[in-house]
Amino acid sequence: MQPLQIAGKPFGSRLFTGTGKFSSAALMEEALLASGSELVTVALKRVDVHNEQDDMLRHVSHPQFSLLPNTSGVRTAKEAVFAAQLAREALETNWLKLEIHPDPKYLMPDPIETLKAAEELVKLGFVVLPYIHADPVLCKRLEEVGVAAVMPLGSPIGSNKGLKTVDFLEIIIEQSKVPVVVDAGIGSPSDAAKALEIGADAVLVNTAIAVSENPVQMAQAFRLAVEAGRMAFEARLARPFVHAVASSPLTAFLDE
Amino acid sequence: MNSFSEIFDRHPWEKVKASIYEKTAADVERALTGPKRSLEDFKALISPAALPYLESMAQLSHQLTQKRFGKVIQLYVPLYLSNECQNICTYCGFSFDNKIRRKTLTDAEIGREVEAIKQIGYDHVLLVTGEANQTVGVAYLKNALRLIRPCFSHISMEVQPLDQPDYEELIPLGLNTVLVYQETYHREEYKTHHPRGKKSNFTYRLDTPDRLGRAGIHKMGLGVLFGLEDWRTDSFFTALHLNYLERTYWQTKYSISFPRLRPFSGGPEPKVAMTNKVAMTNKELVQLICAYRIFNEEVELSISTRETPTFRDHIIKLGITSLSAGSKTNPGGYAVDPQSLEQFEISDERSPAHMAAVLRQQGYEPVWKDWDAVLG
Repeated sequence: MQPLQIAGKPFGSRLFTGTGKFSSAALMEEALLASGSELVTVALKRVDVHNEQDDMLRHVSHPQFSLLPNTSGVRTAKEAVFAAQLAREALETNWLKLEIHPDPKYLMPDPIETLKAAEELVKLGFVVLPYIHADPVLCKRLEEVGVAAVMPLGSPIGSNKGLKTVDFLEIIIEQSKVPVVVDAGIGSPSDAAKALEIGADAVLVNTAIAVSENPVQMAQAFRLAVEAGRMAFEARLARPFVHAVASSPLTAFLDE
Repeated sequence: MNSFSEIFDRHPWEKVKASIYEKTAADVERALTGPKRSLEDFKALISPAALPYLESMAQLSHQLTQKRFGKVIQLYVPLYLSNECQNICTYCGFSFDNKIRRKTLTDAEIGREVEAIKQIGYDHVLLVTGEANQTVGVAYLKNALRLIRPCFSHISMEVQPLDQPDYEELIPLGLNTVLVYQETYHREEYKTHHPRGKKSNFTYRLDTPDRLGRAGIHKMGLGVLFGLEDWRTDSFFTALHLNYLERTYWQTKYSISFPRLRPFSGGPEPKVAMTNKVAMTNKELVQLICAYRIFNEEVELSISTRETPTFRDHIIKLGITSLSAGSKTNPGGYAVDPQSLEQFEISDERSPAHMAAVLRQQGYEPVWKDWDAVLG
């Protein structure tokens, strides 16, 4: 399979993972290892960056994982830039999952603030991966200001509803010059496979793994599904077959 | 200016109460099977007709809570700064007419309490006072926030209702969350329980969440005190209030608390509130917690040490998202003056470490930090 590259960095796995909602940090580590994921997002608000013994940080410090700090909790571009700088300094990475959701109920991303923050953060040298609505025009605007990838949502975050935005995702995938990572709403391995089949470059999964009865086994299932979806995409899926029809009332005149 | 009072006035208490008690099994089943629930569905879920469906409600609530919040429970602890109070509240140990020794923590004492609380592991603190505007007014609270902010990533406050400009001054100093319970939405009953002091103004309290919303608070907590009036009707009004606030102040997060009346201090022997005329059973409290979760999948639900260990252990899985543990309800209770009189008797005296072990045993990660001062 073709390796994925984001901002020049190669990834063997197209499954990115989140760290929230697990019943323990040890179980989280085990599940993330089983997922094969190489990019793991961590909410700045959940970790104590001044404490080397921080439980979550200890369990994601692993050679397999690159950290992708996220700005969950911020509501404006200004707060996002501030949080990003703290994350860069404390976690020693300039990669950033930019999420700005002023709506704490549904955690819907703010497109206006996200574009503003992305532009500034790119100038400040960050590798920016913005979490956004499946809005094709917004994706192009973000691409223009220099983001490293776009992360449109499949359905409301934490909803496990799958690819409700599939029609828009297809347009984004068709038009995008940067990798497209489907983030949020992926509820089952078949959703992840579907995203890869339609050409998404990667998916980010959290709730579906963390909240399952057996997070380690579910992580493995996602790993396989993502691989299967990508292989199918590269092998070019056969399209639904259009049958030849015997009578041809509309084109018969051509043979007369 | 628009506020909740206008909506409130359109819902006469007796009519609301009757409509809850008229709900049928069919109404409950409709509420349980629909993809989204309305306020009418909430009435059905809290009605007596829903009691036979309690196990189904609990399972649904458990599942919805895990989906949204994961297998984690947030932990916080109260820090009582003062028990001075000019109000008379018939159910409270700090009531003006109660002959207890009054105490307001000094800067040095706040420092000692903070140190003790940090040592037991907390990063989210809830500041509590009575209502004494001369000694524990906005100036005192501003000073307290300046002292406390460097030590905690999340600061909540449960004090007297303030004016909007006051909140606007406190928020930049690190105030994240304000809890303001209406106690009861029954206007006349409210007057009986709050005969004296600023708190006797029902409408001013009712519109406090509006002032907080306009001031741009991150999170606010609502609730009523169970035992003052019919809990079902009071809970409907809380849900109505929540619904209004979510639409109006959509950038604010909300939580609901479930305080049941407890024996309180006020003499050599703890007094049981004479007013606990409408007691709420454990079964009914479980029903209410599940009903809130099924009605609103995103709202945070919080339970305090007012409840017993057995009850708390069992409701962890039923919809709750945050807990306090090892709480002291007297100013100075952690280090300065542990023997002083408490606002009310807590029922669960287990330490935070003990509570964290209980959570882990049940498959939940105790979360001490879920905010950062950097987030404003």
